[in-house]
Amino acid sequence: MKSMKTIKLLGLSLIAMLVFSACSDDDDAPQVINEEEVITTLNLFLTPEGGGEVLTFTYRDLDGDGSNPEISSSVLSANTTYTGRVEFLNELEDPAEDITIEVLEEADEHQVFYIVEDSLNANLAYTGALDDDGNPIGVEFRLSTVGASQGNFTVILIHEGDKNAPGASEGNLSDEVGGETDIEVTFNITIE
Amino acid sequence: MYQKSILLCLFIFFSFVTQAQDCELTISGKVIDLHDNSPLFGAAVTLVGLNENAYTNKNGFYKIKGLCKGKIQLKVSHAFCEPKTESIYLKESLQINFKLEHHLEELNEVLLKGKLYNNKSNSFISSQIKSQKLEKFSGASLGDALKSISGVSSLNTGNSIVKPIIQGLHSSRVLVINDNVRLHDQQWGVDHAPNVDINTATNITVIKGASALKYGGDAIGGTIVIEPQKAPIKDTLMGKTILNSSSNGRGGSISTSLIKAKSSGLNYRFQGSLKRLGDLKAPDYQLTNTGQRENNISLGIGLNKIDYGIDFSYRLTNSEIGILRASHIGNARDLVNSINRQEPFFIEDFSYTIANPKQEVTHQIYKLETFKKIKTLGEFSLQYSFQQNNRLEFDIRRGSRGDKPSMDMDLKTHTLLAQLEWNSLESFDSNFGLEFNAQNNFANPNTGVRRLIPDYNMYTAGIFATTAYDISERWNLDAGVRYDFNSINADKFYVTSRWENLGYDRLFPEFEIGENGNQILTNPQFDYHTISATVGATYTFKNDFKLIGNLSSASRAPNPSELFSDGLHHSISSIELGDLQLKPEQSYKAGVGFQGRLKKLSFTIQPFINYIEDFIVLEPNGIETTIRGAFPVYEYRQTNARLYGLDVSANYSFDNFEFLSNFAYVNGRDVEQNEALINMPPFNISNVITYSKKEWNNFYVSLNSQLVTQQNEFPDTNFRTAIVNTTTGEFEEVEVDISSSPEAYHLLNFSSGIDFNLNKTKLSINVMINNVLNTKYRDYLNRLRFYADEVGTNAMLQLKLNY
Repeated sequence: MKSMKTIKLLGLSLIAMLVFSACSDDDDAPQVINEEEVITTLNLFLTPEGGGEVLTFTYRDLDGDGSNPEISSSVLSANTTYTGRVEFLNELEDPAEDITIEVLEEADEHQVFYIVEDSLNANLAYTGALDDDGNPIGVEFRLSTVGASQGNFTVILIHEGDKNAPGASEGNLSDEVGGETDIEVTFNITIE
Repeated sequence: MYQKSILLCLFIFFSFVTQAQDCELTISGKVIDLHDNSPLFGAAVTLVGLNENAYTNKNGFYKIKGLCKGKIQLKVSHAFCEPKTESIYLKESLQINFKLEHHLEELNEVLLKGKLYNNKSNSFISSQIKSQKLEKFSGASLGDALKSISGVSSLNTGNSIVKPIIQGLHSSRVLVINDNVRLHDQQWGVDHAPNVDINTATNITVIKGASALKYGGDAIGGTIVIEPQKAPIKDTLMGKTILNSSSNGRGGSISTSLIKAKSSGLNYRFQGSLKRLGDLKAPDYQLTNTGQRENNISLGIGLNKIDYGIDFSYRLTNSEIGILRASHIGNARDLVNSINRQEPFFIEDFSYTIANPKQEVTHQIYKLETFKKIKTLGEFSLQYSFQQNNRLEFDIRRGSRGDKPSMDMDLKTHTLLAQLEWNSLESFDSNFGLEFNAQNNFANPNTGVRRLIPDYNMYTAGIFATTAYDISERWNLDAGVRYDFNSINADKFYVTSRWENLGYDRLFPEFEIGENGNQILTNPQFDYHTISATVGATYTFKNDFKLIGNLSSASRAPNPSELFSDGLHHSISSIELGDLQLKPEQSYKAGVGFQGRLKKLSFTIQPFINYIEDFIVLEPNGIETTIRGAFPVYEYRQTNARLYGLDVSANYSFDNFEFLSNFAYVNGRDVEQNEALINMPPFNISNVITYSKKEWNNFYVSLNSQLVTQQNEFPDTNFRTAIVNTTTGEFEEVEVDISSSPEAYHLLNFSSGIDFNLNKTKLSINVMINNVLNTKYRDYLNRLRFYADEVGTNAMLQLKLNY
């Protein structure tokens, strides 16, 4: 009989537990999570040396990994040297968070590569500060256009690649650089 | 006077009777199993010193006639039991019942609840691994041990996350039952290994198919039943310690278990194990960040009387597993580069450090169970269990967020299980039960990464009835049916554009609650009703060959991952999208088991065919370009699938040699699209030759050859995407080959061992060398096969102490 009692008690406590668990954490709307690390926006600013209007190129995807990016581009002038700078933003935050600062803080792990399509008549070189190992970070650069042409201009942010790989410091993204891609955006650029 | 004479007569009569019966006494009674009161057939009852003996009949009865008054000694013995001796002074005919206890090594099989495994009347197609073999895997994982069964393979993520595949199916289609508790450990994820410490198991049974309805109706692939060491009903202290060290990973494990039992039925159980391994090594390079740590403990206390019992147990498994660094990649271009590179990008010197990416999983199970035997009815049992699975996944993150998990999910499950084993009818053995589950998933919002699986509550209720009927000595039939109700209620934020792109704003407007920035909060609610059933027959031939036929139908409601999953997977660089419109899948499986023994040869042949309606598959369906580059998008689709296959195991022994051969073949097709199913195990064959000599302290030496052929049947899930050529800047269309299978491989494994008896302690020493030839290979069923080779030679030393 003792065991029957135990069973009864057990049954009751179980029901109590089930009811309790069923009633808890229900009906509370979950907290919204805004992706912290997401980069929604990439801005390229090109300033003609010797003065002139700052040209802006933007890739913005406010859905995070969504599917409706807005891309805006400008037209470059031939035979012009531009001082360039890239900016990464998380515009889901208000005010927008400048992710470029994080990239610069972890300079030894990051490098921005710019890939100028052969058909696009322009040359690019890194400028700006180096990381602690003396390697470029790539946030700042100089772009010199030659003749009128058109082509792709791809910006790639590599995380934990081999910054000492051959050619990396000149901005050549070879397979030896490896690492993983955090950003990859392509603009179709016209030089007039 | 009249009365007196009667009395006298009576007196005379009685004295005559007693006089005359001085050597006409009988002893009769019943011999039963101490643990479950079942009658023992064929037990010998012997009078020590006299030439008298008797055997028990089918109902456990014995009778010895013609005994004289005096002191006698009775010895009762049975093939699998410890003999029992009793001295009595015989004055009159007696009825004596004996309760025998099985040998310890047999005990676990006998004690198994429900007698599932030894009961010949069930038509389950199953295979088993017993403690001695399991101990060899003490330093490995459950999945590794299960692979030694023909027809069981594994789906791996690297080398430490090993998920069993039964006859081609895995994850939510395979139930894992640990000590009678169904594991709810986010089993849907392919990179989630079952949270079981192999060291707690003494017996593992794999039921191929859905016939074990008492554990669940959704075992479309099968059920893995893990049984821990049970405590005997006697005064004893049993202990076991296993030490493992392995050269690959430069670490090892230690496991100890202790059981203190009393003849009163009271018992205390303890088991604990620790494992530490550093980076593993492939033949040509170090596999950076593949270390692992495990801490497991289980405790139990129970009172096991013959007709009632109560038991409480607690189990904790905690593991931290490093994921190959090179498998964490950015986008499709990185994937192409990784595949072409043939060698992982990140190769560093050996280290014990487990850095990101990694996963840390803690699973706890509390269980309280009680049973009561009711004479006219059978055994009634009630079990409550609570499980908590906490899963942390750490990714490579920017801005020193590395200490913060990218995924932090807490899954809590309460289960109440009531069962009645009804065996009062002689040839029927029936089982009725009810199961209730309440499950809550909570995804911690502090991760700063959108939830892959949303917060949800799920309630399920199941009811089942099974029965086995012995028609005759040779024919047995069994059947069962189960109904499950499943209700899920989730709170999920969708990115609004995603919600609209998937058309959910038109299909499920009733789920919308409100918008929050660019996200929309929804409350999807679904109810599923599923029915599963089984019927089977067993025929035992005169020579003890056995033919089993089983038909089963199982139904599985879509799991939370299939419904809701929404996000980026870094390990295969893909975006995975769940589908709210999925229906339950229903399987129809026919299995045959033919087994027997011919002198030195024993064999098992298990063919099967499985037809699955609305089979849920995940496959790439388009490319999505994001700010991170291009990603393939994986979506769920339902189709009709057909699997068939054959598992064969044969064992031949002569003199001191034993030859064991296992092979398995499975073929899976999507019959709607007429293409192969993904991740089907390729044909594999394993041969073991063992030389053993009992006289030399149980010495043995064994060589295993394992051949895994190339899988030629796979769906073409390759996708085309434009990738920027980093030299010319031009976009080039490439085909990303993620479906081709690696080449066939052959491995040689060596093992040897010897036992020593030191007083009451037994010491066993085993040496095992896996992949003796340091063969370089990749496995089709490893999700990280694009990035690195499998591990090379691993030499292990194992010391085992039994006390």
